[in-house]
Amino acid sequence: MFQVHVRTRINGDDTEFSCEADETLLDALRDRLGLTGAKEGCGTGDCGACSVLVDGRLVCACLMLGAEAEGCDIETVEGMADGSKLHPLQQKFLDHAALQCGVCTPGFLVAAKSLLERNDNPTEEEVRYWLAGNLCRCTGYDKIVRAVLDTAADMRKASKPKPAKAKKASAKGRVSA
Amino acid sequence: MEYFAPASTKEAVKLLGTAKGKVHVMAGGTDLLVRMKGGYTEPDAIVDIKRIAALRKIVRAGKGWRIGAAVSAAEMGEDKALKKAWPGVVEAANLIGSTQVQGRATIAGNLCNASPAADSVPAMAAVGAKAVIAGAKGTRKVAVEKLVKGPGKTTLKKSEFVESIELPEKKKRMGDAYLRFIPRTEMDIAVVGVGICLTLDAKGKCMAARVALGAVGPTVIISAKAAKALVGTTVDDAALDALARACAAEAKPIDDKRGTKEFRKHIAGVLARRAAIIARDRAKENS
Repeated sequence: MFQVHVRTRINGDDTEFSCEADETLLDALRDRLGLTGAKEGCGTGDCGACSVLVDGRLVCACLMLGAEAEGCDIETVEGMADGSKLHPLQQKFLDHAALQCGVCTPGFLVAAKSLLERNDNPTEEEVRYWLAGNLCRCTGYDKIVRAVLDTAADMRKASKPKPAKAKKASAKGRVSA
Repeated sequence: MEYFAPASTKEAVKLLGTAKGKVHVMAGGTDLLVRMKGGYTEPDAIVDIKRIAALRKIVRAGKGWRIGAAVSAAEMGEDKALKKAWPGVVEAANLIGSTQVQGRATIAGNLCNASPAADSVPAMAAVGAKAVIAGAKGTRKVAVEKLVKGPGKTTLKKSEFVESIELPEKKKRMGDAYLRFIPRTEMDIAVVGVGICLTLDAKGKCMAARVALGAVGPTVIISAKAAKALVGTTVDDAALDALARACAAEAKPIDDKRGTKEFRKHIAGVLARRAAIIARDRAKENS
């Protein structure tokens, strides 16, 4: 078999691996690099359990060859938490019980993160359409959608320059004047 | 299997001509990898065209557009000017698969995969898109509907590949639209797809029209009768009824698990009617 040497960045770390020419990125991640967060559900791009970001773009790792990853920046679910501090989406998925068996969860987390990076205030419909390529057979989706919307609301609050405080300050200013 | 990622069209053409055995061109790979996984094809070599910088871009070609064969559907959706010019084509591209699939899939690949149900093909055919084909003797252009010979078969010769798709200039009072029917809301294969492009005159009368029907024949059907039903009218109810009848008559579908012949013929008419209204309204907005 024709081996390909691939140089990438995975979750911020320069990473090199060798794989067979017809090996998918998903197999390379799981079997060569031990990154087993991305799951193989269908292997044909229908379920989204293997969702990863490649150069910031959400893709199915099963629909891409490892060889295609040369020079790419790859983000997997393993890169979401900061040490033991969970990503807000991960925490909300726990709070909302947005998972049962957990096989689809890494894919949903990566896909939802990609959505919130593009749109910090998605409607429920936008969330459902964005996540239509991620299948879950346990939750009925509702808890997942609520977890994503709740995370978006929290992240918006956290990133706002606190207009309430600013108002107070100006009111105070008027009083003293 | 060998994997090649040439940096130029010339190099790609050379590889396609010299590689031994079964050679596949790869753009997004979202169809090719599925076929490999299912054992439907076992390539001896893959020529990945995504490393050819020129094929990663959407550029203006004269007054029209050139969409590189390695441009993803998602990238098309993010190009505001392209979306404004040919919303039907961009919307069709953004119906292919999921968000994940759209991150990789290309309209050139959608065309060359030669599925009768390909979403972007009727939309492209309606606006008169051309495939730019690179080969050993340089490039040639063919209308997209001429590239597909039948399910899974194209007219491409060995060492040829589609390097870009050209869309024509969007003139005043032109509008396009693509609609498809699927039993779900998302992530499904068209049971019927209809692409329509029409041009109105200053008084709102239809001067020219192209109607392309997908998934109701082995290849996309360009219906001259359906176009005739619109030309010379204001695309009013009577014209839309005639359009629907023409599309139902021209559709040559098969019966399968996704729809019966009778149902598909009926839906071809219904979708054509709705797509013509959208195209007409877009043409009016563009006056």
